[in-house]
Amino acid sequence: MGAITLEKVTKSFGDVSVIPGVDLEIAEGEFVVFVGPSGCGKSTLLRLIAGLEDVTSGTIKIDGVDATGTSPAKRGLAMVFQSYALYPHMSVYKNIAFPLKMAGVDEATIKQKVESAAATLNLTNYLDRRPGQLSGGQRQRVAIGRAIVREPAAFLFDEPLSNLDAALRVNMRLEISELHNSLATTMIYVTHDQVEAMTMADKIVVLHDGYIEQVGSPLELYRNPANVFVAGFIGSPKMNLLEGAAAAKYDAHTIGIRPEHIELSTEGGEWSGVVGVAEHLGSDTFLHVNVDNIGLVTARVNGEFGVRHGDRVWVTPPADRLYRFGADGLAL
Amino acid sequence: MARAVTTQRKLAFTIIAWTVGLTLFFPVLWTILTSFKTEGEAIATPPTFFFFDWTLENYVEVQERSNYLRHAMNSVVISVGSTLLGLLVAIPAAWSMAFSPTKRTKDILMWMLSTKMLPAVGVLMPIYLMCQWLGLLDSLVALVAILMLMNLPIIVWMLYTYFKEIPGDILEAARMDGASLGKEIIYVLTPMAVPGIASTLLLNIILAWNEAFWTLNLTASKAAPLTAFIASYSSPEGLFWAKLSAASTLAIAPILVMGWFSQKQLVRGLTFGAVK
Repeated sequence: MGAITLEKVTKSFGDVSVIPGVDLEIAEGEFVVFVGPSGCGKSTLLRLIAGLEDVTSGTIKIDGVDATGTSPAKRGLAMVFQSYALYPHMSVYKNIAFPLKMAGVDEATIKQKVESAAATLNLTNYLDRRPGQLSGGQRQRVAIGRAIVREPAAFLFDEPLSNLDAALRVNMRLEISELHNSLATTMIYVTHDQVEAMTMADKIVVLHDGYIEQVGSPLELYRNPANVFVAGFIGSPKMNLLEGAAAAKYDAHTIGIRPEHIELSTEGGEWSGVVGVAEHLGSDTFLHVNVDNIGLVTARVNGEFGVRHGDRVWVTPPADRLYRFGADGLAL
Repeated sequence: MARAVTTQRKLAFTIIAWTVGLTLFFPVLWTILTSFKTEGEAIATPPTFFFFDWTLENYVEVQERSNYLRHAMNSVVISVGSTLLGLLVAIPAAWSMAFSPTKRTKDILMWMLSTKMLPAVGVLMPIYLMCQWLGLLDSLVALVAILMLMNLPIIVWMLYTYFKEIPGDILEAARMDGASLGKEIIYVLTPMAVPGIASTLLLNIILAWNEAFWTLNLTASKAAPLTAFIASYSSPEGLFWAKLSAASTLAIAPILVMGWFSQKQLVRGLTFGAVK
């Protein structure tokens, strides 16, 4: 249960083409993350899979069965929304029970399932409360509980953590990953945050302007980005992308160097530059170095590396970890 | 200094507010007072205000001459019936306009509202003739249907504005949870819109209760509501102010009481969306 196939799916709103054509295979039990900048069509793609939007053309198959024209209620998928979308007039219990009630499940089974979901999500003490009386994290858990009880073919998450504060986000990220491990159900997760994508996904789908730029495991994308866009999007801080003479030397239109691969020295190296802003994270420091004739280069160095604003340093690109891209943006 | 100005302004506003309020309320007060006067005193010049011989004879006579309860029951059936029927039609209509709008939705809303700008008398003949052919003159069924249609634009508009405030995500969540369209409206949309629906209900009951044009023109006796009951006292035998006032007081009393108890809900309903 839970294999989803998109064949030549397109979506236009009026004259505006949001998804010009997408083919994608999602295997049963996979944790797939759609990632991309805002407006790239990732949420639209998720809503097409959910059935909340109709495709303009193409086919969506769930477990091999054509579901293109099926209503969202009948697709057997569960969705967790960015706004949680809890029913404000119902208690937590009733919120979680709602999909079961809609499915016509008997009261005793509903009670048992809701209580077991509540126990998993630490919500047992809150079952009588209304969503308005819960914190953001608890609301998110209720939304997840509502999704779990129906035992869906797949879970769809639409930026579920973006309304939470940073600490809670890390916790919930772990909880969702944990949930995926225990349920082994297909999950499709939309986010603009590449850290969430890298940490949670089995497979990342990078989207840009409605096109799939690359599909692969987090490390595949990190190690072998197919083009300049993926190279710049995956990895934090962003990969340094240099054009012009610096790139020509390596016989490429653009070269990419990850900040963590840069060799930085106060004594000597290939390029010389002046340290601009230094962002100290404790363990690491991000140095923004203004390299002569090249421009700004970000380097990630050990937190103990002792340089200050205005110091002169030498930057050496690593020969074995240098990414080369052609004029068309594709990796060479 | 600033404080003094504020106090003065407050005082000025208070006086203006009371003046406007009392001016608006005066006719109602005058009607109620007149209903307790004798016919002679009712037309006395100069008019007496509070110091007259209070009497209940008008009420007694009004009750003897016409059946107040029957008229009141007709008013209840017409106003409540037309409003409930209107809600039944308007909830799905407002749902589709709020959550599934097309390019023409705004035009349809404007068109619906524009029908309220047409003078009712303009369609009196066709509607009268239709009722005649269908044998529905002087029938509650016809009045319920006609008043429902007359107030439908207002009901749809009010509900539309309330529904617009409900996040679409929640309805989509219900769809994902397996709710059919009907269940989505019954279990999710309607309970969330209860305050809005309640204000719409109240306002339309009042509008239908006070509606005089259609109720007077399409009824004779059987289906005549309180408006016709009042009108029967501005009669060919001459005007009997005191009795007319007693009839009016009896007619407005129920709606006045209802309005008093639901004023919070009404004000909220009428300003919802406009004031935040």
